Amino acid sequence: MRIVIEDVGKTFLDSKKREVTALTNINFSIEEQEFVVLVGPSGCGKSTLLNIVGGLMSPSSGTVYFEGTQGKKPKLGIVFQEIALFPWRTVYENVIYGLEESGASKQEQQEKGKHYIDMVGLQGFEGAYPKQLSGGMRQRAGIARALAVEPDLLLMDEPFSALDAQTRTLMQEELLTIWDRTRLSTLYVTHNIQEAVYLADRVIVLSRHPGQIKEIIRIDLPKIGRDKEEYRSHFEQYADQIWQLIKHDAQEALKEG
Amino acid sequence: MNEQRQVITNRVAFLEQKIPGYAAALGIAGLVVLWEIVCRMNIVPPLFLPAPSAILTAAWDMLVNGELIENLLASMYRIGAGYAIGAICGIAIGLILGFSRWADAILTPIVYSIYPIPKIALLPLIILWFGIGEMPKVAIIALGVFFPVVINTYSGVKTVDPILIKAAVTFGSNHLNVIRKVILPGALPMIFAGLKLAAGTSLLLLVSAEMIAAQQGIGSMVLHYGNLMITTKLMVGVLFLSLLGLIFNRTLQWLERKLIPWK
Repeated sequence: MRIVIEDVGKTFLDSKKREVTALTNINFSIEEQEFVVLVGPSGCGKSTLLNIVGGLMSPSSGTVYFEGTQGKKPKLGIVFQEIALFPWRTVYENVIYGLEESGASKQEQQEKGKHYIDMVGLQGFEGAYPKQLSGGMRQRAGIARALAVEPDLLLMDEPFSALDAQTRTLMQEELLTIWDRTRLSTLYVTHNIQEAVYLADRVIVLSRHPGQIKEIIRIDLPKIGRDKEEYRSHFEQYADQIWQLIKHDAQEALKEG
Repeated sequence: MNEQRQVITNRVAFLEQKIPGYAAALGIAGLVVLWEIVCRMNIVPPLFLPAPSAILTAAWDMLVNGELIENLLASMYRIGAGYAIGAICGIAIGLILGFSRWADAILTPIVYSIYPIPKIALLPLIILWFGIGEMPKVAIIALGVFFPVVINTYSGVKTVDPILIKAAVTFGSNHLNVIRKVILPGALPMIFAGLKLAAGTSLLLLVSAEMIAAQQGIGSMVLHYGNLMITTKLMVGVLFLSLLGLIFNRTLQWLERKLIPWK
Protein backbone atom coordinates (compact mmCIF):
# COMPACT_ATOMS: atom_id res chain seq x y z
CA MET A 1 0.00 0.00 0.00
CA ARG A 2 1.29 3.45 -0.80
CA ILE A 3 0.05 6.80 0.37
CA VAL A 4 -0.27 9.62 -2.10
CA ILE A 5 -0.43 13.28 -1.15
CA GLU A 6 -1.67 15.07 -4.24
CA ASP A 7 -1.78 18.84 -4.78
CA VAL A 8 -2.56 19.44 -1.15
CA GLY A 9 -3.02 23.04 -0.06
CA LYS A 10 -4.36 24.62 3.08
CA THR A 11 -5.47 28.16 3.72
CA PHE A 12 -6.57 29.66 7.01
CA LEU A 13 -8.30 32.85 7.96
CA ASP A 14 -6.19 34.75 10.46
CA SER A 15 -7.55 36.87 13.30
CA LYS A 16 -8.03 39.81 10.94
CA LYS A 17 -9.97 37.61 8.51
CA ARG A 18 -7.17 37.67 5.99
CA GLU A 19 -6.45 34.53 4.06
CA VAL A 20 -3.14 32.92 4.94
CA THR A 21 -1.68 30.14 2.84
CA ALA A 22 -0.22 27.55 5.17
CA LEU A 23 0.48 24.91 2.57
CA THR A 24 0.49 24.93 -1.18
CA ASN A 25 1.21 22.50 -3.96
CA ILE A 26 2.27 19.57 -1.79
CA ASN A 27 2.92 16.44 -3.83
CA PHE A 28 4.70 13.34 -2.64
CA SER A 29 4.05 9.73 -1.81
CA ILE A 30 5.09 7.33 0.88
CA GLU A 31 6.01 3.92 -0.44
CA GLU A 32 5.40 0.71 1.41
CA GLN A 33 7.87 0.30 4.28
CA GLU A 34 9.29 3.73 3.66
CA PHE A 35 10.26 6.13 6.43
CA VAL A 36 9.63 9.70 5.30
CA VAL A 37 10.58 12.64 7.46
CA LEU A 38 9.11 16.11 7.06
CA VAL A 39 11.50 18.75 8.24
CA GLY A 40 11.24 22.50 8.20
CA PRO A 41 11.44 25.66 10.27
CA SER A 42 8.69 26.51 12.70
CA GLY A 43 5.60 27.78 10.95
CA CYS A 44 6.19 25.87 7.72
CA GLY A 45 2.98 23.90 8.16
CA LYS A 46 4.55 20.51 8.76
CA SER A 47 2.19 19.67 11.60
CA THR A 48 -0.72 20.92 9.53
CA LEU A 49 0.32 18.57 6.77
CA LEU A 50 0.57 15.65 9.17
CA ASN A 51 -2.87 16.45 10.55
CA ILE A 52 -4.29 16.44 7.03
CA VAL A 53 -2.69 13.09 6.26
CA GLY A 54 -3.98 11.77 9.60
CA GLY A 55 -7.54 12.82 8.82
CA LEU A 56 -7.66 15.34 11.64
CA MET A 57 -8.00 18.35 9.35
CA SER A 58 -9.43 18.80 5.87
CA PRO A 59 -7.22 20.23 3.14
CA SER A 60 -8.44 23.33 1.31
CA SER A 61 -7.44 21.70 -1.94
CA GLY A 62 -6.05 18.42 -3.15
CA THR A 63 -6.43 14.92 -1.73
CA VAL A 64 -4.64 12.33 0.32
CA TYR A 65 -5.30 8.72 -0.54
CA PHE A 66 -4.10 5.17 -0.09
CA GLU A 67 -3.31 3.26 -3.25
CA GLY A 68 -3.57 -0.50 -3.60
CA THR A 69 -5.80 -1.10 -0.61
CA GLN A 70 -7.39 -4.21 -2.19
CA GLY A 71 -10.70 -3.35 -0.57
CA LYS A 72 -9.22 -3.20 2.89
CA LYS A 73 -9.86 -0.16 5.05
CA PRO A 74 -6.46 1.36 5.76
CA LYS A 75 -5.57 1.85 9.41
CA LEU A 76 -3.69 4.79 10.86
CA GLY A 77 -1.62 5.00 13.97
CA ILE A 78 -0.65 8.40 15.30
CA VAL A 79 1.95 9.28 17.90
CA PHE A 80 1.24 12.78 19.15
CA GLN A 81 3.72 15.38 20.26
CA GLU A 82 1.55 15.89 23.37
CA ILE A 83 1.54 12.08 23.77
CA ALA A 84 -2.23 12.19 24.43
CA LEU A 85 -2.52 9.06 26.50
CA PHE A 86 -5.88 8.80 28.23
CA PRO A 87 -5.13 9.72 31.85
CA TRP A 88 -7.91 7.44 33.14
CA ARG A 89 -6.54 4.37 31.41
CA THR A 90 -3.58 2.32 32.54
CA VAL A 91 -0.68 1.70 30.17
CA TYR A 92 -2.21 -1.60 29.09
CA GLU A 93 -5.67 -0.09 28.60
CA ASN A 94 -4.17 2.74 26.58
CA VAL A 95 -2.19 0.39 24.36
CA ILE A 96 -5.20 -1.78 23.52
CA TYR A 97 -7.50 1.20 22.90
CA GLY A 98 -7.41 0.92 19.13
CA LEU A 99 -7.86 -2.86 19.28
CA GLU A 100 -10.86 -2.40 21.52
CA GLU A 101 -12.40 0.06 19.07
CA SER A 102 -11.78 -2.24 16.09
CA GLY A 103 -13.67 -4.99 17.90
CA ALA A 104 -10.72 -7.33 18.45
CA SER A 105 -11.36 -10.24 20.82
CA LYS A 106 -10.19 -10.01 24.42
CA GLN A 107 -7.60 -12.66 23.69
CA GLU A 108 -6.23 -10.78 20.68
CA GLN A 109 -6.13 -7.60 22.76
CA GLN A 110 -4.13 -9.38 25.42
CA GLU A 111 -1.68 -10.97 23.00
CA LYS A 112 -1.02 -7.84 20.99
CA GLY A 113 -1.05 -5.63 24.05
CA LYS A 114 1.64 -7.72 25.68
CA HIS A 115 3.64 -8.00 22.46
CA TYR A 116 3.85 -4.26 21.89
CA ILE A 117 4.31 -3.37 25.53
CA ASP A 118 7.29 -5.72 25.53
CA MET A 119 8.54 -4.23 22.29
CA VAL A 120 8.73 -0.71 23.71
CA GLY A 121 10.17 -2.03 26.96
CA LEU A 122 7.30 -1.22 29.29
CA GLN A 123 6.83 -4.69 30.78
CA GLY A 124 6.03 -4.35 34.46
CA PHE A 125 4.23 -1.02 33.96
CA GLU A 126 1.02 -2.38 32.43
CA GLY A 127 -1.05 -1.33 35.42
CA ALA A 128 0.46 2.14 35.87
CA TYR A 129 -1.43 5.30 35.01
CA PRO A 130 0.27 7.78 32.65
CA LYS A 131 0.69 10.26 35.49
CA GLN A 132 2.94 7.77 37.27
CA LEU A 133 5.35 7.49 34.33
CA SER A 134 8.26 9.65 33.18
CA GLY A 135 8.04 11.54 29.90
CA GLY A 136 10.08 8.95 28.02
CA MET A 137 8.00 6.08 29.31
CA ARG A 138 4.78 7.87 28.44
CA GLN A 139 5.91 8.30 24.89
CA ARG A 140 6.85 4.61 24.74
CA ALA A 141 3.28 3.85 25.72
CA GLY A 142 2.09 6.28 23.04
CA ILE A 143 4.21 4.46 20.47
CA ALA A 144 2.94 1.06 21.63
CA ARG A 145 -0.64 2.28 21.32
CA ALA A 146 -0.01 3.35 17.73
CA LEU A 147 1.83 0.13 16.84
CA ALA A 148 -0.80 -2.11 18.43
CA VAL A 149 -3.36 -1.37 15.73
CA GLU A 150 -0.74 -2.54 13.20
CA PRO A 151 -1.35 0.52 11.05
CA ASP A 152 -0.82 0.81 7.33
CA LEU A 153 0.65 4.23 7.97
CA LEU A 154 2.34 5.38 11.14
CA LEU A 155 2.27 9.12 11.75
CA MET A 156 4.59 10.71 14.26
CA ASP A 157 4.32 14.40 15.13
CA GLU A 158 7.55 15.49 16.82
CA PRO A 159 7.13 12.61 19.23
CA PHE A 160 10.33 13.25 21.16
CA SER A 161 10.40 17.04 21.23
CA ALA A 162 9.05 17.22 24.78
CA LEU A 163 11.78 14.88 26.06
CA ASP A 164 15.17 15.84 27.40
CA ALA A 165 18.13 15.49 25.06
CA GLN A 166 19.50 12.26 26.53
CA THR A 167 16.16 10.49 26.60
CA ARG A 168 15.54 11.70 23.09
CA THR A 169 18.76 10.15 21.74
CA LEU A 170 17.91 6.84 23.37
CA MET A 171 14.35 6.94 22.08
CA GLN A 172 15.57 7.62 18.54
CA GLU A 173 17.72 4.50 18.69
CA GLU A 174 14.85 2.49 20.08
CA LEU A 175 12.49 3.79 17.45
CA LEU A 176 14.85 2.59 14.73
CA THR A 177 15.04 -0.85 16.30
CA ILE A 178 11.27 -1.01 16.56
CA TRP A 179 10.84 0.24 13.03
CA ASP A 180 13.28 -2.37 11.80
CA ARG A 181 11.10 -5.07 13.34
CA THR A 182 7.76 -3.73 12.12
CA ARG A 183 8.75 -2.03 8.83
CA LEU A 184 5.75 0.26 8.88
CA SER A 185 5.30 3.02 6.34
CA THR A 186 5.98 6.08 8.42
CA LEU A 187 5.55 9.81 8.13
CA TYR A 188 7.57 11.58 10.78
CA VAL A 189 7.55 15.30 11.50
CA THR A 190 10.46 17.03 13.20
CA HIS A 191 12.33 20.30 13.25
CA ASN A 192 15.50 18.48 14.30
CA ILE A 193 17.78 17.97 11.30
CA GLN A 194 20.04 15.39 12.97
CA GLU A 195 16.97 13.39 13.87
CA ALA A 196 15.73 13.60 10.29
CA VAL A 197 19.00 12.32 8.81
CA TYR A 198 19.28 9.64 11.47
CA LEU A 199 15.82 8.18 10.82
CA ALA A 200 14.76 8.90 7.26
CA ASP A 201 14.78 7.05 3.98
CA ARG A 202 13.73 10.33 2.44
CA VAL A 203 13.72 13.78 3.94
CA ILE A 204 11.16 16.27 2.66
CA VAL A 205 12.31 19.81 3.32
CA LEU A 206 9.55 22.36 3.63
CA SER A 207 9.90 26.11 3.35
CA ARG A 208 7.59 28.69 4.79
CA HIS A 209 5.33 31.51 3.51
CA PRO A 210 3.79 29.61 1.96
CA GLY A 211 4.63 26.13 3.17
CA GLN A 212 5.80 24.16 0.19
CA ILE A 213 8.25 21.45 -0.66
CA LYS A 214 11.70 22.89 -1.18
CA GLU A 215 13.51 19.68 -1.83
CA ILE A 216 13.23 15.95 -1.35
CA ILE A 217 16.49 14.32 -0.29
CA ARG A 218 17.07 10.59 -0.33
CA ILE A 219 19.40 9.51 2.45
CA ASP A 220 21.67 6.87 0.95
CA LEU A 221 23.05 5.44 4.15
CA PRO A 222 22.30 2.06 5.71
CA LYS A 223 19.21 2.35 7.84
CA ILE A 224 20.76 0.98 11.01
CA GLY A 225 23.94 2.40 12.51
CA ARG A 226 24.17 5.77 10.81
CA ASP A 227 25.84 7.15 13.89
CA LYS A 228 28.89 4.96 13.26
CA GLU A 229 32.23 6.65 12.65
CA GLU A 230 32.50 5.49 9.01
CA TYR A 231 29.34 7.38 8.01
CA ARG A 232 30.07 10.51 9.95
CA SER A 233 31.16 12.68 7.05
CA HIS A 234 28.21 11.59 4.90
CA PHE A 235 25.89 12.19 7.79
CA GLU A 236 27.26 15.67 8.30
CA GLN A 237 26.98 16.43 4.59
CA TYR A 238 23.30 15.57 4.57
CA ALA A 239 22.68 17.53 7.72
CA ASP A 240 24.51 20.54 6.33
CA GLN A 241 22.68 20.33 3.02
CA ILE A 242 19.35 20.40 4.83
CA TRP A 243 20.45 23.18 7.14
CA GLN A 244 21.47 25.35 4.18
CA LEU A 245 17.99 24.85 2.73
CA ILE A 246 16.26 25.77 5.97
CA LYS A 247 18.62 28.36 7.41
CA HIS A 248 17.21 31.42 5.71
CA ASP A 249 13.62 30.51 6.58
CA ALA A 250 14.56 29.70 10.14
CA GLN A 251 16.16 33.10 10.53
CA GLU A 252 13.07 34.76 9.15
CA ALA A 253 10.93 32.75 11.57
CA LEU A 254 13.09 33.90 14.43
CA LYS A 255 12.60 37.56 13.51
CA GLU A 256 8.84 37.14 13.48
CA GLY A 257 9.03 35.57 16.91
CA MET B 1 41.63 27.12 64.39
CA ASN B 2 38.61 26.37 66.43
CA GLU B 3 36.51 23.83 64.62
CA GLN B 4 33.01 25.15 64.61
CA ARG B 5 30.11 23.40 63.02
CA GLN B 6 26.90 24.82 61.79
CA VAL B 7 24.47 22.01 61.01
CA ILE B 8 21.96 22.93 58.37
CA THR B 9 18.46 21.87 59.30
CA ASN B 10 15.30 21.81 57.28
CA ARG B 11 13.72 25.18 57.84
CA VAL B 12 10.50 24.30 56.06
CA ALA B 13 9.78 21.19 58.12
CA PHE B 14 6.48 22.77 59.21
CA LEU B 15 5.22 22.27 55.68
CA GLU B 16 5.37 18.50 56.01
CA GLN B 17 4.50 18.14 59.67
CA LYS B 18 2.65 14.90 60.45
CA ILE B 19 -0.65 15.32 62.29
CA PRO B 20 -1.98 12.31 64.23
CA GLY B 21 -5.38 10.91 63.19
CA TYR B 22 -7.12 11.74 66.47
CA ALA B 23 -6.61 15.48 65.92
CA ALA B 24 -9.82 15.72 63.90
CA ALA B 25 -11.89 14.14 66.69
CA LEU B 26 -10.23 16.41 69.22
CA GLY B 27 -11.88 19.57 67.93
CA ILE B 28 -15.39 18.14 67.91
CA ALA B 29 -14.98 16.49 71.31
CA GLY B 30 -13.69 19.77 72.75
CA LEU B 31 -16.69 21.68 71.42
CA VAL B 32 -19.19 19.13 72.80
CA VAL B 33 -17.52 19.16 76.23
CA LEU B 34 -17.54 22.95 76.31
CA TRP B 35 -21.19 22.96 75.28
CA GLU B 36 -22.09 20.47 78.02
CA ILE B 37 -20.27 22.53 80.64
CA VAL B 38 -22.05 25.71 79.58
CA CYS B 39 -25.40 23.92 79.92
CA ARG B 40 -24.58 22.23 83.23
CA MET B 41 -23.57 25.53 84.74
CA ASN B 42 -26.95 26.96 83.70
CA ILE B 43 -25.35 29.83 81.85
CA VAL B 44 -27.95 29.41 79.12
CA PRO B 45 -31.48 28.12 79.87
CA PRO B 46 -32.08 24.60 78.45
CA LEU B 47 -34.94 25.89 76.32
CA PHE B 48 -32.54 28.01 74.26
CA LEU B 49 -29.68 25.55 74.20
CA PRO B 50 -30.29 21.97 75.33
CA ALA B 51 -27.28 20.05 76.61
CA PRO B 52 -25.64 17.45 74.35
CA SER B 53 -26.42 14.74 76.90
CA ALA B 54 -30.11 15.70 76.89
CA ILE B 55 -30.16 15.67 73.09
CA LEU B 56 -28.61 12.21 73.02
CA THR B 57 -31.10 10.88 75.55
CA ALA B 58 -33.99 12.33 73.55
CA ALA B 59 -32.51 10.84 70.39
CA TRP B 60 -32.37 7.41 72.00
CA ASP B 61 -36.01 7.66 73.08
CA MET B 62 -37.14 8.77 69.64
CA LEU B 63 -35.10 5.99 68.08
CA VAL B 64 -36.73 3.38 70.34
CA ASN B 65 -40.30 4.58 69.80
CA GLY B 66 -39.74 4.58 66.04
CA GLU B 67 -40.51 8.24 65.49
CA LEU B 68 -37.03 9.08 64.30
CA ILE B 69 -36.73 6.11 61.93
CA GLU B 70 -40.05 6.93 60.34
CA ASN B 71 -39.13 10.54 59.68
CA LEU B 72 -35.60 9.68 58.63
CA LEU B 73 -36.80 7.11 56.11
CA ALA B 74 -39.28 9.57 54.62
CA SER B 75 -36.53 12.17 54.23
CA MET B 76 -34.00 9.72 52.86
CA TYR B 77 -36.42 8.44 50.29
CA ARG B 78 -37.10 11.98 49.05
CA ILE B 79 -33.51 13.09 48.94
CA GLY B 80 -32.31 9.78 47.48
CA ALA B 81 -34.86 9.76 44.67
CA GLY B 82 -34.59 13.48 43.98
CA TYR B 83 -30.79 13.47 43.99
CA ALA B 84 -30.56 10.41 41.74
CA ILE B 85 -33.00 11.80 39.19
CA GLY B 86 -31.39 15.24 39.21
CA ALA B 87 -27.84 13.89 38.98
CA ILE B 88 -28.52 11.42 36.18
CA CYS B 89 -30.46 13.95 34.09
CA GLY B 90 -27.84 16.60 34.85
CA ILE B 91 -24.92 14.45 33.71
CA ALA B 92 -26.73 13.24 30.60
CA ILE B 93 -27.87 16.69 29.50
CA GLY B 94 -24.52 18.23 30.44
CA LEU B 95 -22.69 15.74 28.22
CA ILE B 96 -25.05 16.46 25.33
CA LEU B 97 -24.71 20.23 25.75
CA GLY B 98 -20.94 19.94 25.83
CA PHE B 99 -20.69 17.62 22.85
CA SER B 100 -23.29 18.93 20.41
CA ARG B 101 -22.80 22.45 19.14
CA TRP B 102 -26.46 22.68 18.19
CA ALA B 103 -27.71 21.61 21.61
CA ASP B 104 -25.23 24.01 23.16
CA ALA B 105 -26.42 26.97 21.10
CA ILE B 106 -30.12 26.30 21.65
CA LEU B 107 -30.32 24.95 25.19
CA THR B 108 -27.48 26.55 27.15
CA PRO B 109 -29.15 29.99 27.31
CA ILE B 110 -32.26 28.31 28.75
CA VAL B 111 -30.23 26.47 31.37
CA TYR B 112 -28.42 29.62 32.41
CA SER B 113 -31.63 31.63 32.68
CA ILE B 114 -33.35 29.09 34.93
CA TYR B 115 -30.23 28.37 37.01
CA PRO B 116 -30.32 31.51 39.23
CA ILE B 117 -33.95 31.01 40.31
CA PRO B 118 -34.05 29.85 43.95
CA LYS B 119 -35.79 26.55 43.31
CA ILE B 120 -37.84 26.68 46.49
CA ALA B 121 -39.77 29.58 44.94
CA LEU B 122 -41.14 27.09 42.45
CA LEU B 123 -42.54 24.78 45.13
CA PRO B 124 -46.09 26.21 45.16
CA LEU B 125 -46.25 25.84 41.41
CA ILE B 126 -44.89 22.31 41.55
CA ILE B 127 -47.38 21.36 44.23
CA LEU B 128 -50.07 22.64 41.89
CA TRP B 129 -48.72 20.43 39.14
CA PHE B 130 -48.01 17.25 41.06
CA GLY B 131 -50.43 17.40 43.99
CA ILE B 132 -49.44 17.12 47.63
CA GLY B 133 -47.87 13.65 47.65
CA GLU B 134 -44.18 12.76 47.47
CA MET B 135 -43.78 13.93 43.89
CA PRO B 136 -43.39 17.69 44.45
CA LYS B 137 -40.68 17.18 47.10
CA VAL B 138 -38.75 14.76 44.93
CA ALA B 139 -39.21 17.06 41.95
CA ILE B 140 -37.96 20.17 43.74
CA ILE B 141 -34.85 18.33 44.96
CA ALA B 142 -34.24 16.88 41.50
CA LEU B 143 -34.54 20.37 40.05
CA GLY B 144 -32.13 21.82 42.60
CA VAL B 145 -29.59 19.07 41.92
CA PHE B 146 -29.98 19.17 38.17
CA PHE B 147 -28.63 22.67 37.61
CA PRO B 148 -25.26 22.59 39.41
CA VAL B 149 -24.63 19.15 37.92
CA VAL B 150 -25.55 20.12 34.38
CA ILE B 151 -23.42 23.27 34.49
CA ASN B 152 -20.41 21.50 35.96
CA THR B 153 -20.70 18.60 33.54
CA TYR B 154 -20.91 21.05 30.67
CA SER B 155 -17.77 22.89 31.78
CA GLY B 156 -16.09 19.54 32.41
CA VAL B 157 -16.73 18.48 28.84
CA LYS B 158 -15.35 21.78 27.58
CA THR B 159 -12.12 21.26 29.50
CA VAL B 160 -11.42 17.84 27.97
CA ASP B 161 -8.20 18.17 25.99
CA PRO B 162 -9.14 18.12 22.27
CA ILE B 163 -5.98 16.12 21.54
CA LEU B 164 -7.48 13.19 23.48
CA ILE B 165 -10.61 13.33 21.34
CA LYS B 166 -8.41 13.41 18.25
CA ALA B 167 -6.45 10.43 19.58
CA ALA B 168 -9.65 8.47 20.19
CA VAL B 169 -11.00 9.21 16.72
CA THR B 170 -7.66 8.26 15.18
CA PHE B 171 -7.82 4.90 16.88
CA GLY B 172 -11.27 4.25 15.48
CA SER B 173 -13.79 5.58 18.02
CA ASN B 174 -17.24 6.58 16.83
CA HIS B 175 -19.11 9.50 18.40
CA LEU B 176 -20.80 7.40 21.06
CA ASN B 177 -17.51 5.88 22.16
CA VAL B 178 -15.83 9.28 22.17
CA ILE B 179 -18.47 10.43 24.65
CA ARG B 180 -18.38 7.23 26.68
CA LYS B 181 -14.65 6.58 26.77
CA VAL B 182 -13.09 10.05 26.52
CA ILE B 183 -15.48 12.87 27.32
CA LEU B 184 -17.23 11.22 30.26
CA PRO B 185 -14.06 10.19 32.12
CA GLY B 186 -12.39 13.46 31.17
CA ALA B 187 -15.28 15.44 32.63
CA LEU B 188 -15.59 13.25 35.70
CA PRO B 189 -13.55 15.42 38.09
CA MET B 190 -15.74 18.41 37.25
CA ILE B 191 -18.89 16.30 37.45
CA PHE B 192 -17.95 15.33 40.98
CA ALA B 193 -17.43 18.97 41.89
CA GLY B 194 -21.00 19.54 40.72
CA LEU B 195 -22.31 16.51 42.60
CA LYS B 196 -20.75 17.75 45.85
CA LEU B 197 -22.17 21.21 45.35
CA ALA B 198 -25.58 19.67 44.67
CA ALA B 199 -25.42 17.58 47.85
CA GLY B 200 -25.62 20.74 49.94
CA THR B 201 -28.39 22.18 47.78
CA SER B 202 -30.42 18.98 48.00
CA LEU B 203 -30.29 18.95 51.81
CA LEU B 204 -31.37 22.58 51.92
CA LEU B 205 -34.29 21.95 49.58
CA LEU B 206 -35.29 18.80 51.44
CA VAL B 207 -35.68 20.62 54.73
CA SER B 208 -37.37 23.67 53.21
CA ALA B 209 -39.85 21.57 51.25
CA GLU B 210 -40.64 19.41 54.27
CA MET B 211 -41.18 22.47 56.43
CA ILE B 212 -43.59 23.93 53.90
CA ALA B 213 -45.48 20.89 52.80
CA ALA B 214 -45.03 17.58 54.59
CA GLN B 215 -46.46 15.57 57.48
CA GLN B 216 -43.32 13.46 57.83
CA GLY B 217 -39.61 13.94 57.43
CA ILE B 218 -36.85 15.50 59.45
CA GLY B 219 -37.74 18.98 58.22
CA SER B 220 -41.35 18.80 59.34
CA MET B 221 -40.24 17.19 62.60
CA VAL B 222 -37.89 20.07 63.35
CA LEU B 223 -40.61 22.61 62.60
CA HIS B 224 -43.15 20.68 64.66
CA TYR B 225 -40.99 20.60 67.80
CA GLY B 226 -39.97 24.19 67.20
CA ASN B 227 -43.63 25.21 67.33
CA LEU B 228 -44.06 23.17 70.53
CA MET B 229 -40.88 24.74 71.96
CA ILE B 230 -39.43 21.28 72.63
CA THR B 231 -35.93 22.29 71.62
CA THR B 232 -34.28 19.04 72.72
CA LYS B 233 -36.21 17.08 70.13
CA LEU B 234 -35.70 19.88 67.63
CA MET B 235 -31.96 19.51 68.13
CA VAL B 236 -32.21 15.77 67.54
CA GLY B 237 -33.55 16.61 64.10
CA VAL B 238 -30.72 19.06 63.50
CA LEU B 239 -28.18 16.50 64.69
CA PHE B 240 -29.48 13.93 62.25
CA LEU B 241 -29.46 16.45 59.41
CA SER B 242 -25.81 17.08 60.16
CA LEU B 243 -25.13 13.34 60.17
CA LEU B 244 -27.07 12.94 56.93
CA GLY B 245 -24.98 15.64 55.29
CA LEU B 246 -21.76 14.14 56.61
CA ILE B 247 -22.58 10.66 55.36
CA PHE B 248 -23.64 12.11 52.03
CA ASN B 249 -20.32 13.89 51.61
CA ARG B 250 -18.26 10.91 52.70
CA THR B 251 -20.09 8.64 50.28
CA LEU B 252 -19.38 11.03 47.43
CA GLN B 253 -15.72 11.27 48.43
CA TRP B 254 -15.43 7.51 48.54
CA LEU B 255 -17.12 7.21 45.16
CA GLU B 256 -14.81 9.85 43.71
CA ARG B 257 -11.72 7.98 44.85
CA LYS B 258 -13.12 4.76 43.39
CA LEU B 259 -14.03 6.29 40.04
CA ILE B 260 -11.05 8.61 39.56
CA PRO B 261 -8.03 6.52 40.52
CA TRP B 262 -5.81 8.14 37.89
CA LYS B 263 -5.70 11.56 39.55
